[in-house]
Amino acid sequence: MIPLANYLLLSTVLFGLGVIGVIISRNIITILMSVELMLNAANLALISFARWHGDPGAHVFVFIVFVVAAAEAAVGLSLVIAIFRRKNTVNVDDLNILKR
Amino acid sequence: MDLVVFWIAAGVAGAAAVNLIFQSKPINSVLSLVVVLFALAVIYLQLSAEFVAALQIIIYAGAIMVLFLFVVMLLNLQKDQFLSERRPTLRSFGVLLGGTLIIEISLIARTFAARGVHAGAPVVSDDFGGVRQVGHLLFDKYLLPFELTSILLLIAVAGALVLAGRRPGAGIKGKSE
Repeated sequence: MIPLANYLLLSTVLFGLGVIGVIISRNIITILMSVELMLNAANLALISFARWHGDPGAHVFVFIVFVVAAAEAAVGLSLVIAIFRRKNTVNVDDLNILKR
Repeated sequence: MDLVVFWIAAGVAGAAAVNLIFQSKPINSVLSLVVVLFALAVIYLQLSAEFVAALQIIIYAGAIMVLFLFVVMLLNLQKDQFLSERRPTLRSFGVLLGGTLIIEISLIARTFAARGVHAGAPVVSDDFGGVRQVGHLLFDKYLLPFELTSILLLIAVAGALVLAGRRPGAGIKGKSE
């Protein structure tokens, strides 16, 4: 049997890579995908704890996380399209109208 | 054997995740994320979460990633539009911060997982994580959250239409800015 620490380690690494992606990438679409990566890392932790506690309740939570991810992707990507239509860019450094 | 499968899937997931964040072309990032999702589905199967593994492939890799792919292709972004400035300090700073975060959480997780309660996974029935069991939970114990997700999806659809839909007469004015 694979120890729980392995699954938690993989989940941690994926979450950290998602954080790195959010910080360093300058492209809104890549940032949204990094957020999806972090959601997946959380899902992995939920599923492994569900297995270790023998309780499938966490599978329902993972299902709800899927729905939230779908809603986030739909709204986020339509925001990206709206921004691209107005400003013709998806670089977050160019989106600074709230700073001015 | 289990461990070999785990490390192959984990290695694929990690490598694809690294590729996702360091790629310059967004289309390659989307496809890397699909690879991550498939590798995670393999790991879900190992954890006897068959229903979630199927959902991961059908909903995540099948529907959400198609949405991303569609937007990337719709905007037809060229490589130069993203890396107009690479900002090396931000890059190294971000990698440093993220690396510290990974080390911190993994240390905590290791001590947590080493506690006696989590020493070994309990024996579960063959049905664990199957469609029948999760379906019973969804429509019985967690019925209200399940119904609320449909409202959430409805709101998301309405919001996406309002945000991305083109209003009649507004197209030309929007372009001029």
